[in-house]
Amino acid sequence: MPFWLDPKKRAIFFQFITLCMVGLLAYYLTSNTIHNLKRQNIATGFGFLHKTSSFEIGESLIRYSAANSYGRALIVGALNTLYVSSIGVIITIILGTIIGVARLSSNWLVSKLAAIYIEVFQDIPVLLQLFFWYSLFYTTLPTPRQALHPLPGVYLCNRGLEIAVPKADPAHGYMAIAFLAGCIFVYLIRRWAKKRRDRTGQLFPVFRVSLAILVGLPLVTWWLAGAPTAMSTPKLVGFNFTGGKNFSPEFIALLLGLVLYTAAFVAEVVRAGIQAVSKGQTEAAMSLGLRPPMVLNLVILPQALRVIIPPLTSQMLNLTKNSTLAVAIGYPDFVSVADTTINQTGQAIEGVALIMVLYLIFSLLTSAIMNWYNKKAALVER
Amino acid sequence: MANVIQPSRIEEIKPPVVHVGAIGWLKTNLFNNWFNSVLTVVTILFLLKTVPPFIRWAFIDSVWNTPSQACRHATGACWSIIPHNYRFIIFGFFPYNLQWRPLLAMIILFVLLFFSQNRKHWKKSLAYSWIAGLFIMWLLLKGGLFGLASVDSTQWGGLLLTLLLSVFGLTAAYPLGVVLALGRQSKLPTVKMLSIVYIEAIRGVPLISLLFMASIIFPLFLPEGVTINKILRAQIAIILFTAAYIAEVVRGGLQAMVRGQYEAAESLGLNYYQTMRLIILPQALKIVIPPTVSILISAFKDTSLVVIIALYDLLKTTQTVLSDPRWMGYSREAYIFVSIIYFLGCFSMSNYSRKLEKELSRGD
Repeated sequence: MPFWLDPKKRAIFFQFITLCMVGLLAYYLTSNTIHNLKRQNIATGFGFLHKTSSFEIGESLIRYSAANSYGRALIVGALNTLYVSSIGVIITIILGTIIGVARLSSNWLVSKLAAIYIEVFQDIPVLLQLFFWYSLFYTTLPTPRQALHPLPGVYLCNRGLEIAVPKADPAHGYMAIAFLAGCIFVYLIRRWAKKRRDRTGQLFPVFRVSLAILVGLPLVTWWLAGAPTAMSTPKLVGFNFTGGKNFSPEFIALLLGLVLYTAAFVAEVVRAGIQAVSKGQTEAAMSLGLRPPMVLNLVILPQALRVIIPPLTSQMLNLTKNSTLAVAIGYPDFVSVADTTINQTGQAIEGVALIMVLYLIFSLLTSAIMNWYNKKAALVER
Repeated sequence: MANVIQPSRIEEIKPPVVHVGAIGWLKTNLFNNWFNSVLTVVTILFLLKTVPPFIRWAFIDSVWNTPSQACRHATGACWSIIPHNYRFIIFGFFPYNLQWRPLLAMIILFVLLFFSQNRKHWKKSLAYSWIAGLFIMWLLLKGGLFGLASVDSTQWGGLLLTLLLSVFGLTAAYPLGVVLALGRQSKLPTVKMLSIVYIEAIRGVPLISLLFMASIIFPLFLPEGVTINKILRAQIAIILFTAAYIAEVVRGGLQAMVRGQYEAAESLGLNYYQTMRLIILPQALKIVIPPTVSILISAFKDTSLVVIIALYDLLKTTQTVLSDPRWMGYSREAYIFVSIIYFLGCFSMSNYSRKLEKELSRGD
């Protein structure tokens, strides 16, 4: 029998051919690249990470100056990316849920407004939205001297948003620790309450107790630490504000663009999730004698979340990936810093590789967590 | 038959007036309980606060076709920026007196799209007319044949470039995506592995990193002396990017095929290629048309990212107009105009996709 008629041999042959073609392509590209790099005298390797960066970064969560290395500059960028995406994700989920529920509201006006919002914001490229919000800062908002003052302690001008914040105090650190401890405590209580319910059928007011712990523990800590109330308010000194917390126009435009764009998609996801739970489920739960909060908690949410969470995660990943558009309006996220690094060192391959690796890590981590959740939440058929 | 109740005897009672007509509608849709009533009132107050000033700005106090100096005195919107610059925004640097050619190309594209909407036209002839149409469009833009003056592709820009990148991007990405999807479903471990790595890697990175790669690394991949122009490089990046997403959509269609289809094809004695070409793909690809339209929508929106590697697409030509000292500061008007273009494109496509989904699920 000739080998092309034997399925096993043919399979091996095909795979061999594919591997050869991919290998040849890779070899061709690498050899060209090495030749070109040599010809243009471009350094290779990641040695540049230790060299002095000699550029400033507008916003940074850690201490950074032009005398620091490229490596530290990139860390600053990565932290900025994480910062803007994590804040964005939280606001997006809240706003998206509100709009998604509003879309299903029995109130005609609210439902139609939500529909218009979803349609309009989904259909305009996020980059265009970023440019729009960013340009609003420069064309409409006044200078710091005539800053808008909508609420006490809040100023809005073309230098960004200034808000009053509590003055730094060691108490805040203790409060954060107390909050984390509260989270762990709540987790344990929930587990215990579920076990007890399964065993004895007795109910425990988990939600109220959890809320009390999560709010109460930090408050008590704050009070024990001497109840510091000093505020740092923004004040106009010369041509700009000092004190308070400043959010730059770049940051706000980026956040606004990402949140408003992604919230439209999240709203659709939430709507689909809620609609996926049939009305009979609610009615059945009610006829069993469950009260409305328990119907929501025990019957509707577990089923709706199963539908909502996977697409929601991919939207959150989209938001993180779209945060790379920061480079277009000058917010120093990872891509923006990497771009500057590439321009200064000329080491484009390493720079782009770093960008890709960072975002791949984000995505793979998220999908790993998602797969774990999916397995846990999947229907167990008996 | 005597005890049958005569329906005509019963007097028809009209429903109470609060349940029908305008009042009834208001009562059921806006004021059916106290929460909804509060919501309605708050929403109406919000609309009263925002809509009239906007209308005043956009329509009443605005100027529509004046030189830029007149805009400085206007208190409303300066829409004059559009009529003075629309040809640059839409055609970019295409030679001014040759702009009928991109216009014609766009009209051909719209006619083809419009014609393809109807499912009755989905035949082989449609595919041929698309190939012919794309070729004619290419000829119109590039020139150099049949007495048309040659236009360098670096001069393509504006809406033209946006459409070009998205339509050619999707057309070229589609076959690649189908191959990748088949590869991912393949029984051959190497082919499967390579497809999975490609799809997951591309879907895991932002489009910008691919565009950076296209604009700065791609030239290094080529042998000495060979260069490819920037638009084509961006186009390749968009194709590689879109293909991974199409692969996932097509995979969904392939997974929806029941085993019986494969088994029936096998028992007929068809080999792998015949099974795929004649049995599986025609059915699977039909299922995934609505999600494919959504990929076209995202491709259409995502092409705006080429701004970042300094290609003159719709968004970049608009920004160029805004950097002209005469029109500086009218970014709101210009961006709203561009938003409307994008909105119309995406909205009509997503509407179509929804309609199609309904038709397909009804199974007619």
